[in-house]
Formats: sequence, structure tokens, C-alpha cells
Amino acid sequence: MGDIGFIAPEIILLIGGLFIFCLDVAYDPGVGKKSGLSYMALSVLFLTSALLASILQLDIAEPQVAFEMMTIDRFGSFIKITIFAGMILTGIAGGRYMNRRSGNQGEFWTFFLLVSLAMSVAASANNLVLIYISIEFLSITSYMLAGFLRDNRRSNEAGLKYFLYGSIASAVMLYGISLLYGATGSLYLHDIAAAFAEIIGDAQDVSGLAFAALPAMLLVLAGLGFKASLAPFYQWAPDTYDGSPTPVATYLSTASKTAAFAVLARFFIVGMTSFAVNWVPMLAAFSIITMTMGNLAALRQNSVKRMLAYSSVAQAGYILMGLVAVASPSPSAMNGLNGVLLYLFAYLFTNVGAFLVVMALEETTNSEHISAYRGLVKRTPWLACMFTIFLLSLTGIPVTGGFFGKFYVFGAAIQRQYFWLAGIGMINAGIAAFYYLRVVQVMFFSQDDDATALDVPMSLQTSLLICTIATIWIGVYPGVFIDWVNDASSQLMVIP
Amino acid sequence: MESLDSIVLTVLLFWPLLAALLVILLGNSDRLIKNGSIVASLLPLILSIYLLFAYDFDVGGMQFEQIAEWIPQLNAGYHIGADGLSIPLIFLTTLLSTLSLYYSAGVINYRVKEYFLLMHLLEFSMLGVFVALDYVLFYVFWEISLVPMYFLIGIWGGANRSYAAIKFFIYTLVGSVAMLLAILGVYFATGTFDIVDAAAAQPFAGNLTLASLAFWGFFLGFAFKVPSFPFHTWLPDAHTEAPTAGSVILAGVLLKLGAYGMLRIMLPSFPEAAVYWASWLVALGAIAIVYGAFVCVAQTDLKRLIAYSSVSHMGYVMLGIGAAATIMTPQSLATAVNTFGLSAAAIQDSAAMALNGAALQMFNHGIITGALFFLVGIIYERAHTRELSMFGGLATKTPYFYGLMVVAAFASLGLPGLAGFWAELFTFRGAFALMPYWAAFGTVGIIITAVYILYRIIQNVFLGEYDEHKLTHWTTVDGSHADGPTDMVGFEKVTLWPLVAAMFLLGIYPTPLVEYFNQSATELLTFLQNTVAGG
Repeated sequence: MGDIGFIAPEIILLIGGLFIFCLDVAYDPGVGKKSGLSYMALSVLFLTSALLASILQLDIAEPQVAFEMMTIDRFGSFIKITIFAGMILTGIAGGRYMNRRSGNQGEFWTFFLLVSLAMSVAASANNLVLIYISIEFLSITSYMLAGFLRDNRRSNEAGLKYFLYGSIASAVMLYGISLLYGATGSLYLHDIAAAFAEIIGDAQDVSGLAFAALPAMLLVLAGLGFKASLAPFYQWAPDTYDGSPTPVATYLSTASKTAAFAVLARFFIVGMTSFAVNWVPMLAAFSIITMTMGNLAALRQNSVKRMLAYSSVAQAGYILMGLVAVASPSPSAMNGLNGVLLYLFAYLFTNVGAFLVVMALEETTNSEHISAYRGLVKRTPWLACMFTIFLLSLTGIPVTGGFFGKFYVFGAAIQRQYFWLAGIGMINAGIAAFYYLRVVQVMFFSQDDDATALDVPMSLQTSLLICTIATIWIGVYPGVFIDWVNDASSQLMVIP
Repeated sequence: MESLDSIVLTVLLFWPLLAALLVILLGNSDRLIKNGSIVASLLPLILSIYLLFAYDFDVGGMQFEQIAEWIPQLNAGYHIGADGLSIPLIFLTTLLSTLSLYYSAGVINYRVKEYFLLMHLLEFSMLGVFVALDYVLFYVFWEISLVPMYFLIGIWGGANRSYAAIKFFIYTLVGSVAMLLAILGVYFATGTFDIVDAAAAQPFAGNLTLASLAFWGFFLGFAFKVPSFPFHTWLPDAHTEAPTAGSVILAGVLLKLGAYGMLRIMLPSFPEAAVYWASWLVALGAIAIVYGAFVCVAQTDLKRLIAYSSVSHMGYVMLGIGAAATIMTPQSLATAVNTFGLSAAAIQDSAAMALNGAALQMFNHGIITGALFFLVGIIYERAHTRELSMFGGLATKTPYFYGLMVVAAFASLGLPGLAGFWAELFTFRGAFALMPYWAAFGTVGIIITAVYILYRIIQNVFLGEYDEHKLTHWTTVDGSHADGPTDMVGFEKVTLWPLVAAMFLLGIYPTPLVEYFNQSATELLTFLQNTVAGG
């Protein structure tokens, strides 16, 4: 397998995106609306091929470098698998939703594949410019998807807000990148690490260049924190999630966040090894602020979609906790990074599932307000039960994937003896339970007697079922997933 | 019977889960679901009785163990077993579950399927906590017990049920997460999630700061559940709003999970921290006894009164555990010998007695308060109020109800000859030797208990003249109009019989039960004397 083979998933997605684009241009039935479902099916097909390619790449024993700028390792492959799984589930469920709301299906699914491509590149990039480009590519395609419903003012607002915040964030990140380049003379994460190690190793430190690393890290974190919706860079998230088409909000809160965390992990663990003393407390502070602010804001939401938006901010705080507690490779079971990966994996299925429930409700009741969920258990019992499972998983109650995610990140924090961090996480878990259960309460405790069942399309049901099974599976018998994340994390953690 | 013994706990544990699935499959016939549930719940009951007889005292320790691989990456396994402490509590769980299902079949007519499904899940999770010998497994069961209870309160509860349900959930969740952190701490100190192995490895031995952190982490988790003063504030709301069977299970079993955890995990694993903080436990226990009793006197709602009586009665458990905790290390035992001028054997006897008292109180409180909550439910089904001021003179109108209530109330008060007496005797006998001042303070609670039992319950509700203008709207148990209070009917009597019989039996001859608890108490003390270094 040459370099081309290493980037097979990306190539598949690129071909897929262009193929749908050409097809859309070439094929014009003239009258009536084009059906997006065939495009959806094609996209899912391409995504599934990319997913399979990534699974095959897990067999590559040692990390490989492709085209100098991409590192193909199990960490990246695991992230890609997570992202593609999320995109597939979102795609299957979102087909009918988009079909009903917009005529330009070809464009939507082209961008859908290109967004996946951008995330996939970001997961492997080891060069700051490639990281910047992939993040920027991800942003631009996401702006378009968020604002895709042209006639819907809230969708426009969502796209615009995302764009305005996003362009500032990437400019800031670029500034950080240029600082790093100036200090070390390289854009490759490994070289940067080596250069800094040398600078720090030099007792005199005549250059004083190490000093540049601190603002640079902060600036890069600001850019990536925007994508991962860390506080205080999350302000766009509620409005964008709320206004975007629900399939877009679904991947923004899951797959896109996964990609951002992958880049964050690679940047800090590989590139900034020498400065762990500095970035650990920095990330810890961000983690605490993020989970606390996200949770407090979520408490007051009456739109379930907005509540999930704030909750996904809070979840980012927990995930960051694993990165804070990253420990050097040891035979220990919890090295922080595997917690991040397990959390991301479990969170993906859980949160995609939760957003799909919102989508199902939106399809029938046209409302995201919490009152639309009143007495759901009588209307469509299985949907209410699934949503409860997702909400319990987000809370971190056992027999769901969310529990083992929390178990691992809390465990990493305890292992490093960051008791205060774990303590704040604990209080936050209590706060979060309140707003998650509020939805359960509305669905189950009301005594309304409206018993008309919701009409949930088959495709949506399929996605929901997969999400439920995955969430429970990770919660009951996580062994195989733990093996995966251990493997994936240990490859990135090989720090010289 | 070798082959049966190795799987009996697994069958016992997972049977209720199967029953829950069965309820889903049974379709929509309420009658079928109710009868099927009751019949299904008999198997765990029978198996738990088998455990009582099959437990080999000569061998002692953990029996009926089963170990299987679960998450090898974490060194967490499916390890279950039962000993003298857990077997009676397993029996209590299955007994109260069956009775609750039987009683509920008579009174629950709203969303029947969900109700019985949740009751089975609840039994499953509670049994899981009592048999789990692996921290992860323990925590999993511990947490999922929250969920069915939350729904039971929230769907079938009283007017303020949403508030009570979420309060119950969040309070206990915060405690549990604290426990989770402590569990992780133990894991990193010992490298295993096995409760028995971890205790044998004595995590944080010699490091009082970390041991105390872990100790308090576990304590928070357990104290919210017990509930120990000052973590009890969720309990009155949850109890008052919960449906009758929910209150019975909540008071009868769920509260015991906390005390069980203290005995199973905190004392054996962190003896040094236990000694250091023992006086705090004793103080919290004694305060809970007195405070709970005083609050009871002030209640106007019968169910809330019984709920607060649980705070008071679980205080005895804390008192006993705390008193025994004072001599958990050889060093502290030596200190106690010097202080009290008694032999080491006598001191250890007292500690064992305090532990036995605490464990007995757990069991007896389950029986007695379970019965009291059933009785409150029975009167509520008829009067549709629990305001004490609305009752009076019921003794002549409902003699059967009166009779059972008097037995249960006197058992709760600790009248000799009924079950409650022995638990109090053992606890105070043990505690007086080890923590005399706090124990003396705790006895104040006994007097106040007599006040609220005799004055608030017996006198207010049953004695005096019956005034038919006070409460005009009475129904029978099935909801049809009645001219006045009607006495208990068949299924209600049958529900109460086993509990009342147990109160008499254990009141007259508690030895068989004490033997189980004594076995585990002495084992605990021997284990600590042999394991803890630095005598």
C-alpha cells in the first residue's frame, strides 16, 4: 500500500462528493422536485466505504506518514471510524427531513460528504497548515450546511453566526500557528516538539523562544475550542444548533466535535509535549468553565434542541477532563486519552440518538419546545424509552455508554490526583441530571391522554435503533471498545 | 447440591430481570401481568430462603460465589457472593418485593404494565447491590436502582411527585458520584475492582489523608442513601409522594443499601480512617436519632411522620456502625482497653454487639417500617388524606387495622417481645461500652419515639371518640363510596401477616437472625485484627 492507500477514506469521500455534484448538474428531470433520497443513499454508500477503509487501516501496525503531512495511525483511524459512523447515522435519518425542506438536495449531500472529508483530514493532519486548512474547510462547508434552508430565517441566522464567530476563531488560530512557526521554524508537529525540546534543554535559553509557546497554545486552543464548543468560545453553539437543519446540528454536536478533539489531542500531546506543565492547568481551567457554564445555561432552556446544545457544551468540558489528566504511557488502564476516545465514541451514539429523537418530534409536531414531549410515552412508547436511554447516558447512569465514558475520564483525573477537578465534575453531574430528567419527567409523568402515535419514518427508526443498541452495548459489555481505545490512544501517546 | 450453589445467586439475581421482560411480552392484560408478576417473584423468595438454610456457618465467609470475566481490561469481573450480612438482607428484599407486588396488584390500576415492569427492575437492582463483590458491578446496580424508583415516584406518586422524584434522584446521584470517585481511588491504589481483594490489600494504609478522602467519598454515597443526618432532606418528600409499595421498598430495602455499603466496604477497607472519623459517625447517628424523633412529633401528615421515623431509626444503624468503627485497628483496640479498663475480648464483644445491633436494626426496620407504610397506604386508600387531625377514634371502627397498627407501632418503638427491641438493645449495649456519651444522648430519642408513636399515631388516629363530621368522604379500598371507615380486606391482611408474624418471631426468638449477622461481624473483626498492620 503506497501513500495513496493510506488516504483511501479521504479519496473515497472526495470522489463521492464530486460524483454527487456532477450527477446533480448533469441529471435534471426538468419538472418537479428532485428526490434527495437517492443522493442520501449514495452518500451513505460512500461514507460506508470510507468507514470500511478506516477499519481496514486499523491493521496498520506502526504509524505511517502519508504525503508528509498526514499521520495514519490507529488514533486517527479510530477517530475517523467514530466520525463516519456518526455521519452515516445522521445521513440515513436526515434524508427525509432534508427532502421535505429543501429542493437543492445535490448540493446538500455534496457538502455532507465534503464535511466528512474535512473532518477525516483533520483527524490525521500532523502539519499545522494542513490542520488549519482542514479546520477551515470543515468550517466553510458547515456554514453552508447550517444556513442551508434559504427561506428559513433562523437557518440563515445559524449559518451567519457560525460564520462570523468561526472566521474570527480561525484567524486567531492562524496567528497562533504563525507564532509557532516563527519560534521553531517548522510546521510539523514532531519538528515543533523537537525544536522546543532543544530550546528548553538549552539551560541558558538565550533565544527566549519558549516564551512564544504560551500565547501560541492559547491562540490555537481558541481556534479549536470554537469547534469543540469549549467555554468561552461556545456562544455560537446554541443559536446555530437551534437554527440549523437538525441533521446539521446533529453532526455539529458530535462528529465535528470529535474531529476538534482529535486535533486538540494531537496538537497538545504530540506538538506541545514540552509544555505539559503549562497546558495541563490551562486545559483544566477551560474544562471547569466549560462544564459549569454549559450546565448552568442548559438548566434554563425550554427548547429541547437548545438544551441539547448547551448540554453538548457541558459534555465537551467532561471530555476535556480526560485530556487534562493525560498520563505518560504506562501499563495503567486509564491514560486519559483513552477516556477521551471512549467518551467521544459513546457520546457520538448517544447524542446522535438524542438529536434524532428531536428530529422525529420536529417531523410530526413541528416543535422543539419541551411541551411537545408531554406524554410522549403514551403516544410512542419506544421513542420515549429510547430518548430516556440517551438522556440517562448523557447523565452518566450505568448500563449506558455515557457511564463508561465518565468512568474513564473521572478515573484519569483521580489517577493524576486532580481531586478538585473530579469534585467539580461530580457536582456538575448532579446539575446536569436536573435538566436531562426534566425531559424524562415531561415524557413520562404527565397524565395527558393524547395517544396519537407519532409517524416516525423507517430510516429514522433504523438510525435510532443502531444508536440505542450501541449505547447499551458500550454500557453493558465495553470490553471490545476498551481494547480499541487503548490501542488507539497508546499509538499517539508514544512520546519520546 | 454443589452445582446449584454456584449458580443460585445468578439465578436469584437475574430472575427479576427475566420477569421484567416477561411483563413486556405478556401483552396488555392487567390481570395476567399482575398474577404473572406475583408468581414470578416467588422464585427469588424461595431461593433466598434456600440461601438462609444452605449457608454453612462452619465454613463462614463468602459463599455461593461465582466469578466470571466481564471487563478484563479494567480487572473488573462479574464476582458475586453472599455472606452472613447479605443473606438476611437478600431475604428481606425478596420478601418485601413479593409483598409489594401482591399488595400493588390490589390497588394499582393505572399504567399497570409499566408499574410491574419497574418493580421487577427495582428488585433486580437491589439484589445486585447485595450480591455484588466487584466495585464496578456494585456501582452499576447501585445507580440503576435509582431509575425505577424515580419512575415509581414520578408516575404513581402524589400531588408533588415530580419534585420528589427529581429530588430523590439528584441527591442520591451526587452521593453516588462521590462514591464513584472513591471507587476509582481504591482502584488506583490496589489495581483491582474486587471488593474482597481490595479490602485485603488495605488501600491507603498509612496515608490517612487519602484514606479519609476515600472514606468520605464512600460515606457521601452511602449517607445520602441511609439517609444520615444532614443528608436526609430528600427522604420525607420521596416517601410522602411515593406510591405505597414504593415507600415500602424505599424504606424497607433502599435505605439499607447505604448501611450495607458502610459495613461491606467502608469498615473493612479503611479501618484507620474509620477509627479516625468514628466519633463523627456516632455523632451523626445520635443526632439523627434525636432530631428525627423530634421532627416526627411535629408532623401533621401520617406518612411524613413515618418517613421521619426512618431517619431516626436509621440513626441507630449509624450509631452502631460508628461505635464499632472506633476499634477497627489493633492500635485503637489497645487504646480502648486502656481507656475503659476492660479486656480486649470484652471490647471486641461490644463492637460485635454494636455491629449486630446495626445489622438487626436494618432488617427489623425493613420489616416494621415496611408494615407501617403498608398500613398508611391502607388508610389512605379509604380516607384519601393522611392528615392526622382528620382522624380519631378509628379503633372501634376498624379493629383489625388498629390491631396491626398497634403491633407495628410498638415494634417500631422498641417494645420488648417485638422485633425492634433487640436491635435497640444490641446497638446501645455495644455503643455504651465504646461511645458512652453519644450513646446516652441517643437514648433521648427512645423517649421521644414513645411520644410520637403513642401520642401522634395511636392516640390521634385510633383513640378517642369517632367523629363522623370530621372526615365525610370515605371509600372502600376499590374506590366505591362508603359511609365511614371500613376495615382491612383480604389481600391487605395477607400482605401484613408475614410482616407481623416476623415481628413477633424475631421479638421472641431473634437468635437465628443474629447468628447470621454475628457471623459476619466476628469475621470482620478477625479480618481487621489479622490484616491491619502496626498493632
